[in-house]
Amino acid sequence: MVEEESLRVVRCGGSELNFRRAVFSADSKYVFCVSGDFIKVYSTATEECVHILQGHRNLVTGIQLNPKNHLQLYSCSFDGTIKLWDYTDGILIKTFIVGCKLHALFTLACAEDSVFVIINKEKPDVFQLVSVKLPKSSSQEIEAKELSFVLDYINQSPKCIAFGNEGEYVAAVRDFYLSVYFFKKKTTSRFTLSSSRNKKHAKNNFTCVACHPKEDCIATGHRDGKIRLWRNFDDEKKYTYTCLHWHHDLVMDLAFSVTGSSLLSGGRESVLVEWREAAEKNKEFLPRLGATIEHISVSPAGDLFCTSHSDNKMIIIHRNLEASAVIQGLVKDRNIFTGLMIDPRTKALVLNGKPGHLQFYSLQSDKQLYNLDIIQQEYINDYGLIQIELTKAAFGCYGNWLATVEQRQEKETELELQMKLWTYNKKTQGFVLNTKVNMPHEDHITALCFCNAEKSENPTLVTTSKDGHFKVWILTDDSDIYKKAVGWTCDFVGSYHKYQATNCCFSEDGSLLAVSFEEIVTIWDSETWELKCTFCQRAGKIRHLCFGRLTCSKYLLGATENGILCCWNLLSCALEWSAKLNVRVMEPDPNSENIAAISQSSMGSDLFVFRPSEPRPLYIQKNISREEVQWGVFVPRDVPESFTSEAYQWLNRSQFYFLTKSQSLLTFSTQSPEEKLTPTSKQLLAEETLPTTPFYFILGKHRQQQQDDKLNEALKNELVQLPLTENIPAISELLHTPAHVLPSASFLCSMFVNSLLLSKETKSAEEIPDDVSMEEEKESIDSDEENNFTEEVQDTNNTDLGKDIIHQLSKSEEKELRKFRKVDYSWITAL
Amino acid sequence: MGEFKVHRVRFFNYVPSGIRCVAYNNQSNRLAVSRTDGTVEIYNLSANYFQEKFFPGHESRATEALCWANGQRLFSAGLNGEIIEYDLQALNIKYAMDAFGGPIWSMAASPNGSQLLVGCEDGSVKLFQITPDKIQFERNFDRQKSRILSLSWHPAGTHIAAGSIDYISVFDVKSGSAIHKMLVDRQYMGVSKRKCIIWGVAFLSDGTVISVDSAGKVQFWDSATGTLVKNHLIANTDVQSIAISDQEDSFVVGTAEGTVFHFQLVSVTSNSSEKQWVRTKPFQHHTHDVRAVAHSPIALISGGTDTHLVIRPLMEKVEVKNYDAALRKITFPHRRLVSCAKKKQLLLFQFAHHLELWRLGSTVATGKNGDTLPLSKNADHLLHLKTKGPENVICSCISPCGSWIAYSTASRFFLYRLNYEHDNINLQRVSKMPAFLRSALQILFSEDSTKLFVASNQGSVHVIRLLEGSFKHLHTFQPQSGTVESMCLLAVSPDGNWLAASGTSAGVHVYNVKQLKLHCTVPAYNFPVTALAIAPNTNNLVIAHSDQQVFEYSIPDKQYTQWSRTIQKQGFHHLWLQRDTPITHISFHPKRPMHIFLHDAYMFCIIDKSLPLPNDKTLLYNPLPPTNESDIIRRRTAHAFKISKKYKPLLFMDLLDERTLVVVERPLDDIIAQLPPPIKKKKFGT
Repeated sequence: MVEEESLRVVRCGGSELNFRRAVFSADSKYVFCVSGDFIKVYSTATEECVHILQGHRNLVTGIQLNPKNHLQLYSCSFDGTIKLWDYTDGILIKTFIVGCKLHALFTLACAEDSVFVIINKEKPDVFQLVSVKLPKSSSQEIEAKELSFVLDYINQSPKCIAFGNEGEYVAAVRDFYLSVYFFKKKTTSRFTLSSSRNKKHAKNNFTCVACHPKEDCIATGHRDGKIRLWRNFDDEKKYTYTCLHWHHDLVMDLAFSVTGSSLLSGGRESVLVEWREAAEKNKEFLPRLGATIEHISVSPAGDLFCTSHSDNKMIIIHRNLEASAVIQGLVKDRNIFTGLMIDPRTKALVLNGKPGHLQFYSLQSDKQLYNLDIIQQEYINDYGLIQIELTKAAFGCYGNWLATVEQRQEKETELELQMKLWTYNKKTQGFVLNTKVNMPHEDHITALCFCNAEKSENPTLVTTSKDGHFKVWILTDDSDIYKKAVGWTCDFVGSYHKYQATNCCFSEDGSLLAVSFEEIVTIWDSETWELKCTFCQRAGKIRHLCFGRLTCSKYLLGATENGILCCWNLLSCALEWSAKLNVRVMEPDPNSENIAAISQSSMGSDLFVFRPSEPRPLYIQKNISREEVQWGVFVPRDVPESFTSEAYQWLNRSQFYFLTKSQSLLTFSTQSPEEKLTPTSKQLLAEETLPTTPFYFILGKHRQQQQDDKLNEALKNELVQLPLTENIPAISELLHTPAHVLPSASFLCSMFVNSLLLSKETKSAEEIPDDVSMEEEKESIDSDEENNFTEEVQDTNNTDLGKDIIHQLSKSEEKELRKFRKVDYSWITAL
Repeated sequence: MGEFKVHRVRFFNYVPSGIRCVAYNNQSNRLAVSRTDGTVEIYNLSANYFQEKFFPGHESRATEALCWANGQRLFSAGLNGEIIEYDLQALNIKYAMDAFGGPIWSMAASPNGSQLLVGCEDGSVKLFQITPDKIQFERNFDRQKSRILSLSWHPAGTHIAAGSIDYISVFDVKSGSAIHKMLVDRQYMGVSKRKCIIWGVAFLSDGTVISVDSAGKVQFWDSATGTLVKNHLIANTDVQSIAISDQEDSFVVGTAEGTVFHFQLVSVTSNSSEKQWVRTKPFQHHTHDVRAVAHSPIALISGGTDTHLVIRPLMEKVEVKNYDAALRKITFPHRRLVSCAKKKQLLLFQFAHHLELWRLGSTVATGKNGDTLPLSKNADHLLHLKTKGPENVICSCISPCGSWIAYSTASRFFLYRLNYEHDNINLQRVSKMPAFLRSALQILFSEDSTKLFVASNQGSVHVIRLLEGSFKHLHTFQPQSGTVESMCLLAVSPDGNWLAASGTSAGVHVYNVKQLKLHCTVPAYNFPVTALAIAPNTNNLVIAHSDQQVFEYSIPDKQYTQWSRTIQKQGFHHLWLQRDTPITHISFHPKRPMHIFLHDAYMFCIIDKSLPLPNDKTLLYNPLPPTNESDIIRRRTAHAFKISKKYKPLLFMDLLDERTLVVVERPLDDIIAQLPPPIKKKKFGT
């Protein structure tokens, strides 16, 4: 039973992975990245999230390995603290309280027990680089107030600061100048691009900086796509620079390889460029990385690179420029038109993803499952180009059908519309395009919905449009002599007094269709497409429309633009109740009668959960988000929770997720963050000796399952006794014998697989004796040996698993024997 | 300030020839430039990059190499197999000497200036001893298989590097034998090109040899071991030239794409002594091949097929931001190529091997200020006069009445009489011109076309009286004793009494033509004279110098005028002094004695001596005077310099009559259009 705390709004995954440069562990096994208030530790080999380091109370803004102990990690945050972590165990070691907002963090091997942070002191736009002395103390929380100023008036982005030549100097860029501070001489050189006021060179602002690890060389990126390599910068007069120019748009980030022999650069072209020996002619490319490269980082071992992209992904790249792993978070860099949906099959959250794609995002594992290419056209990344937008999508028939609408409008009169219907192919486990409808309506499609009633055998889809019509599309037989096929055709076109159709909704049983025409709601019979009745409240255009569910299915809810929420009773055809509520999001829970509505006020967004049957809300949470909430969705829980408190009961069967305007995905939780740790990571904390490989995960699950089973067994007092994985000799042998003395894998394979098949095996073993005994009954002649043998089988049921292999052998032998017996039998009858 | 009808002439189809070699002389801070037609020009870098001397070209003398030796001696060598030494005083060729090795591709003078090395077509490297008045063959080095395209001395003079096709040889000077042969990779971006031509080598004092080749590489070799040390691939095309600074801390290379790359020796880290060569800045000031580069202590100099000479100062070497810190692009010669017969409205254009005579068009239309008037009669091409022989024209002139044309080449002087019969022209050559007139540097007719003045390269000025169809040598003004400096600029007063002549360096001599004697000498000035003219009536001599100073000298009073003293006291406007082309022509308004007309390549200016002089705070380049503003404001802002930048590049401007101007423009686009097409480069976004 979950202890009930107060309900809190929590950020649930999907936070930015590309906020700052990723950091590699010293052995390149792990890559760290900041993600909202957390730091995530990913395995570079498997792309899996190994740990989530939690503890900061605000956005984490910088992470760096501890130069004195590479198994530790420093992090800084807007909450004004620097924390030191043991990332292998995920343990917070120390917290240094600085007190002011920290914007970035830098560590230096030579700097004795101090780190560098970017803070802003007086004005909101003036940032300073300061060094913070981290006092030595054994206590967990230490005040670190000893700040010493290094550079003033710098850019807040950590990309604009770089330390060079083992901490001899620090380079900072901002606008049109580069300043270099020499720690030994305590002098600052400043280099201004002289032509910055010239119109032709107006775009050569600095964007990023990197320092050569071995030589006195500073690389700077510019807005016009040039890279400048500065040398001799200790002399303000004799300085010189070289230009490298390949990027046509601004250089987003730069990084030198560990030895300094090559320079990596990336930008909006989504191409990673490697400049070898800093020569313009000697460059290598890794193209088609999918989205703008925001950050580039290099592992200390030098074997891996990592690029962070604007579509919230990280790509681990080998030294030879081969992408080896992709860590993809929730794609966030575009407007969400489709809203939040749940794929009924995978239970994944579905929304706009990459341009022209629908992304399927697993909320449980906080990982993107896949992108479905809807528009199926090459995306041209160019500023000011009007793209085809994926505007609407809906799932129907338990995930068997997916309808999408895409549009492109260059001018007022030139609208390109396309509706696509996708069917789920069980063989390929993916959606396949079935029907493509060009210009399904004359004007923008405002809503589409499937009839999801259980009884309806014929899939039905309704689309509403600004052209005043709603259309009903049904699946029909489209077979010809060549193949059997089905396709969608328009079955009915309805309209109401030339009003724009704005919303549509099917009742739960599919018998009624509600279509709103601006201020008027019309109810149609879905069998005959007859207009049954209309509701008109004259309270503004209908913004949201939905039917009640289960016991409340006689109610229809409508929210208007003027801030009125109406509930109509379909039996009496009258308004049941209405309330003044400026509803932004209205979502029915598919598993209960509850309906969640989020209202928008100047203070923030408030959540109301209510049942259509009564106007009194079940639950109110004020101020769930400071900004506007754009979309929300109920996600059915796999395992129902059992909140006893009446206020939280609405969360028992479903979880409510919502997306704000700044695209943070939030949900409600009563659990403390520690409890939210996923079981896998918990296990990883406990079991350190095992390497984190996929193989390990199989074992881990298996063991857990067995533990559960054991529990069940204890409860229900079943006869079947199951061994623990640790005790299986085959596995322990496999794991504990050194690799070089192990027999060949083919030899071990059968042993290993058999050991894993235990649970099923025991069932069959149980059945076999019955079978045998039945046979025994049938048979007139029995041999003693056989009887003995069956006894032995029954004995093995209760024996420990140590004799598992013998048991397996006996099973096959027994089969053989049975065959012999059958042969014998026939032969006897023939006699 | 009046308004003028302007003949805007754009039919002067002049194309300068491409630059083949440049050689910088550190001692005198002069730059020698040779062009593909064999012309050699000397620029004085101390005098605002003024082109102070030139040697006319010759069809058979295509220079391939140019070098300074022993301080002030200039040698060139070319594909005719001859080594030529130039006489920088008399502006002629001292001697030509055959090297007997076939066409000469390269030449280098030893660091101490006593020896000269040439690389020939037959693969031989020949060493010459430089004697005070000649050069003498000393010996051959080991003969190589193919032509020697580049040569460089070790600064100590002990070794030389010779670039050939596919390899570089290092010779020991004492023994004359090749001690290393360094093979150059033919591979170009993975594709094996046919041959790799070493276009240039440079030998550093630490024994490093830097080579540039046709595969676009700049390579560093260790001459002691003969091994490649470093390779910079900088271009997709040939790298054609290299020049290294005297300190050996930077060098410059030029490519066939028109890019000039600067390489610098920079320390790897600030606290270590280890240094490395780093390619720093690319400069794209050329459109075509950069055939030659030079490295002066403060600037990178490059020239190529696109005929521009570009001087790019190195910012880190420039002490103060002044006139020297600006990029310089020299395209047109700093002398007049156009002469004008005012009365007949004729223009004579001088080309390398011919002269063209044009009659200006005319119009009857009238219009407002700024209007373009339609021509009622188009300009007429009257005459195309081809020169005889392979030599280039040095100078030419048409008389003010339009009936005489004179021109000179290095060996001969030609005078023609023109007779106009309706539309036909009758050309009659005046024969038996005296031999001492040859190689004249400037020719001038008196205003009434009765006298011809010829400035010869011996420092003398000849006066010849012209008669109908014949001539008579009147007098020769001999140079002052001890000087053999040639005269290059002449000016005659409109009344014909005074003749001013100026040499390559300072002095301006004024002669009395009536009495045929030297009247006076204008006090010497540090900078060479770029233009001279004598004003009508007042007989004031106006002198423009290459540092943009303008002096007015009264010939009758033998002293500077009051106006000239005033402007010297106050100083010229700083923007006026920052113009980068010299004033090439001065003329006067016949009715307005207070006005001086002068022009350079990018502006023409009317100096109104009656108006106050501008100081540094006033706007020098004022826009066209506003017509609707009140007279008082206009008068308050008005100053002596009225400048128009409407016509550029301006080769010639003169006053035809009181209300008519003729300007000759040569748009750079027209020149580029006549050049061979440049190497095609893929440009992003096209």
